[in-house]
Amino acid sequence: MVVLFVGIALVTAIAIYFFVKPENVAIDAHTVDGVQEQTITVKGGYNPAEIRLKKGIPARLTFFRDETTSCSEEIVFPDFGIRRMLPAFENTVIEIFPDEAGTHEFACGMNMLHGKLIVE
Amino acid sequence: MTCTSCARTVENALRTVDGVTNATVSPVTDKAVVTSSKPLESGTLTQAVSGVGYSASVIEQDAPSDESFKLEAHRRLLKRFWTIVPFAAIVMISGMLMLVPSVYDVISESALNWIQLALTIPVMWIGGRDFFVAAWSATRHRLATMDTLVAIGTGTAFVYSIVATVIPDVFRSMGQHPHVYFDTTVVIITLITLGKVLEDKAKLKTSDAMKRLLGLQPTVARVRRNGVDADVPINTLVQGDVLIIRPGERIPTDARITEGGTSVDESMITGESLPVEKKTGDRLIGATINRSGAVTATVESVGKDTMLSQIVRLVERAQTSKAPIQKLADVISSWFVPIVLIIAVITFVVWFSVMPYDLRLTTALINLVSVLIIACPCALGLATPTAIMVGTGKGTEFGLLIRNAEALELAHKVTTIVLDKTGTITNGELVVTDVAVGDGVDKQTLLSHVLSLESRSEHPLAQAIVRYANEQGAATLGVSDIVVEPGHGIRATIDGAEVVIGTSALLTVREVAINDRFNKQIEQWREQAQTVLHVAINGTHAAVISLADTVRPTSAQAIASLKSMGLKVILLSGDNKATAAAIGKSVGIDDVRAEVLPADKSEVIMSLQAQGHIVAMVGDGINDAPALATADVGIAIGSGTDVAMEAADITLMNSDLRNVPHALQLSRATMSNIKQNLFFAFIYNILGIPLAAGVFIPAFGIALDPAFAAAAMGLSSVSVVANALRLRSFKFRA
Repeated sequence: MVVLFVGIALVTAIAIYFFVKPENVAIDAHTVDGVQEQTITVKGGYNPAEIRLKKGIPARLTFFRDETTSCSEEIVFPDFGIRRMLPAFENTVIEIFPDEAGTHEFACGMNMLHGKLIVE
Repeated sequence: MTCTSCARTVENALRTVDGVTNATVSPVTDKAVVTSSKPLESGTLTQAVSGVGYSASVIEQDAPSDESFKLEAHRRLLKRFWTIVPFAAIVMISGMLMLVPSVYDVISESALNWIQLALTIPVMWIGGRDFFVAAWSATRHRLATMDTLVAIGTGTAFVYSIVATVIPDVFRSMGQHPHVYFDTTVVIITLITLGKVLEDKAKLKTSDAMKRLLGLQPTVARVRRNGVDADVPINTLVQGDVLIIRPGERIPTDARITEGGTSVDESMITGESLPVEKKTGDRLIGATINRSGAVTATVESVGKDTMLSQIVRLVERAQTSKAPIQKLADVISSWFVPIVLIIAVITFVVWFSVMPYDLRLTTALINLVSVLIIACPCALGLATPTAIMVGTGKGTEFGLLIRNAEALELAHKVTTIVLDKTGTITNGELVVTDVAVGDGVDKQTLLSHVLSLESRSEHPLAQAIVRYANEQGAATLGVSDIVVEPGHGIRATIDGAEVVIGTSALLTVREVAINDRFNKQIEQWREQAQTVLHVAINGTHAAVISLADTVRPTSAQAIASLKSMGLKVILLSGDNKATAAAIGKSVGIDDVRAEVLPADKSEVIMSLQAQGHIVAMVGDGINDAPALATADVGIAIGSGTDVAMEAADITLMNSDLRNVPHALQLSRATMSNIKQNLFFAFIYNILGIPLAAGVFIPAFGIALDPAFAAAAMGLSSVSVVANALRLRSFKFRA
């Protein structure tokens, strides 16, 4: 009986923890010398996972991969045609030109970890 | 560079350079990434590095360094695998020994457990640590990944076994035997690491096409500057440089011949297997091979503007794009791991409740571990992108450039192919097909008259005639009193004789009687949709010349194979009905739509679409751009211009129409590969998870050992990648 209750509690906890997520807070990239800059830490996810960019200004995203798991070794920006390896414990600079307003997703190579660029 | 402090030294040196906002140096890859607020001279950076006692060279921003990184990561993984194998082997052997009762005469069970624990710790530390660290980081982001599954699966077995080893009395007091699962733990870690090694190895091959393209780029060029010839690095070339290209050499960059002629092997770019003749004024594509003659050429574009770079960018873009078919897999993979966790918990609870007291904990535990280990979200995630990478890469070998995965997916659904006539089915260039001369007229003299007069005209017909007459070795004579009759022809005085070339109407106006003996010939030519020109000398109808746009020799074969693929083929042409029908007949197209203005081509396509057809339009990419854009799949043929590449979904680098069926075949093959992969990935999880959960135990007595679950999980991703790699050996049907 105890096992059953613990089991039900665990199932509920897993469902709530992984499926009911708080809204991500979008971070505004700051513009330096005409380039929008943002550093993103890659560790079990992207932090920040949502970045707000201004349309028409080149953006430089620096990804620091703070782990060795192969899950996050690759990053893909489908809308910008970019697929890049992220060496562990290194900065990888990805430059994009956000010329289309809207939400552009990015993800790891296996599409498990997700992030968003919100171009306004 | 040997240590982190050296890397910091170089970083600091780079940061002192004016304009540098940030610099990071990796001691692992020996690479520095420098960001700056203004354009930098590469020399200032290398100077800064040599100032602190190291040397550096500048890597072009575009050059992907990913390959070396992937290899490095693969080597590290392989090393890790071989480090854990000896430990794992001993643990497994001792685990098997425990099944032999007489072993306990030699060594106590408790001692054996402690030995296994001691050997499992290094395996978990070296091979398993990453899974745990990654699982923890992901959990903090409220994400669950493959790492989560492996970490919880092995962690459960490991922790349970530690408890059974350290405080076995707890189990005994509950009337249970303190069984350990160290062998299961190490086998899972070892097999999943092995699976990862194999998967990495296979994945390295998926980018072979890109490696091939990048490998085409020559590194040095022979340049004539200030009258001196010298070999210079390719990245120092600028527009307007004079290149000296010798036979057998690779053409350094896109250039135009200023002197000499040669034949060039362009197969690596266009897929065209025959060498292409080039003469002064012709364009050379960088990275192709000069076969026969030495030429001088001026550089037209360098670096990222070259055709090769454009192709590389296009392919890279295509390989990262997402196919619509992937959407379902994406939705599923975002729910996948938490659901597996829930299934695992349910599995545990059910087995714990139904099994007899002395077996319930171990059975529940083993099935829980099996469920966590067998589930493979990676196979789902890899199914589509790997096939797209290999498929689009394969296309480049034949000069087929596919813009994105969506185009690839649409292309396999195409039901109707609309072909433009001029430049697509035909060469798009008029040639003289025949000359008939009247009685007593010397053909060579006639051709000399014709050449002399037509060489003064810019008309396309005139140019075709000039080419022909030159080939026949006709001489050029003095011409006077030239009169151009717009829309009709041209006349002049040559050697005191009045020469008229033009339509029959012009001859009538000039009061020249049409020679009846040509009538039959003219009739025949008209039926074949050829253009007929008349020549009159001193008021006598001396000759008739026929001209036509010739059909490419491979067009009929291409159309036959399109038809054999079950496609409806339509010819669309701006030409008159007779010409279009004649061309259609010669290549085997029944549905010919003639006299369609360029602007109306889109409407024809739209009306086909309205009838439910999925339409592919094949055209030259520039004149047909609107029609290409309207069609579901726009295929630009025979031009590697960036305009065409932008407008078209598929660009064929050479003019061979057979590449159209090839492109569709490749699309069909890639799509069926994706479907196989997705099917496999789904069915694997749909069958594997219940099997691991023990669903089949009551009915069939089939249970799954966690070690087999680990092997299955490792192999499932490998099989998906291996299946995608089969596309590399894809062969076109004729």
